[in-house]
Amino acid sequence: MTQKSRVPLTSIYRVFFEIGMFSFGGGVSGWIYRDIVEMRKWMSHEEYLSGVALTQIMPGPNATNSAIYIGQLLRGASGATVALLAMLTGPFLAILVAAFTYQWLLGLPGFQEAMIGTAAAAIGMLLRTGLTSARMVARGLAPILIMTATFIAVGIFHIGLVPVICVIGPLSVAYAYKMSGRRLEHE
Amino acid sequence: MNELLRLVIVLAPLSLAAFGGAASIYAPLQHQAVDVEHWVTAREFVDLFAISRVTPGPGSLLGALFGWKIAGFLGALVATLALYVPSSVVVFAVGTVWNRHRGKRWHSALETGLAPVGCGLLLAGVLTLASSLFDHPISIPVILCVAAAMAFWPKVHPFIFLLIGGLVCYLAFLCGL
Repeated sequence: MTQKSRVPLTSIYRVFFEIGMFSFGGGVSGWIYRDIVEMRKWMSHEEYLSGVALTQIMPGPNATNSAIYIGQLLRGASGATVALLAMLTGPFLAILVAAFTYQWLLGLPGFQEAMIGTAAAAIGMLLRTGLTSARMVARGLAPILIMTATFIAVGIFHIGLVPVICVIGPLSVAYAYKMSGRRLEHE
Repeated sequence: MNELLRLVIVLAPLSLAAFGGAASIYAPLQHQAVDVEHWVTAREFVDLFAISRVTPGPGSLLGALFGWKIAGFLGALVATLALYVPSSVVVFAVGTVWNRHRGKRWHSALETGLAPVGCGLLLAGVLTLASSLFDHPISIPVILCVAAAMAFWPKVHPFIFLLIGGLVCYLAFLCGL
């Protein structure tokens, strides 16, 4: 376990406020990965990705679940609470403002198209994140097979998240456990 | 007061049922808000849904708008808490157990083993989200270009890419594409 330096709560708030404010169309994990793992190095990519798998099988939006997982890892209960509140502050205010102005907003020519473009850009960020982490995860045939199988089952055949993770997850973990035992024997 | 309590009674269980995000609770949310509680009409529901799609944040924040309709700011606040606190507590509880065992062999195996699953889920999410935009063909090149641009310039602030994406689609609309 790497010793983590204490990340200030104000930094957690700032980062997640910003992420929440610009989370259009659900593709926000791309931004989270870039900010938390790549730029700030608050956690390793394995800690992040296993957190993704862990929190996605639980109820709630992936974005807020990731915020809670990351906040908790960094600063425990206060970190998780701050991250969740930060993530919701901007969108909460934005949706109230939008409720006042929506007839005008939706009537603006091109407004919905601009929002679609914003969502598309967010999905592009997520695609790049997925490809980057795929390259890091793909260290051997087994992880590649597991990754591909998960992708096909959920992305193409639309099998529910919960059954997929409950079947593939244990297989993958059992394999990792066996491999770590083999590594221990070598040492 | 009574209305606020109704909000919590209806929304809190949906919070715990929202597996995989808002998509899984739109149907029961619509049924409850329109048919059972009469918070909004069917037509209003569609409008509110459209708002929630063009504002940032999780799609289920739509529920805050019902709170707003029936009890103003306080209603919106109560609805938001009812929607996110229950699921967040579950995630937090599991996370606590998860972090307590950090460093053990089975924990490392879980982390190593779940990483490729999480990665496959990320990529599947890309496909699902992208397919919701397939009726706007311009969005496909935007997705691919942003992905490539981010790989080339990883230090550029994501907001710039979002802005460019929005602008490109707006201009395409102006040009009649």
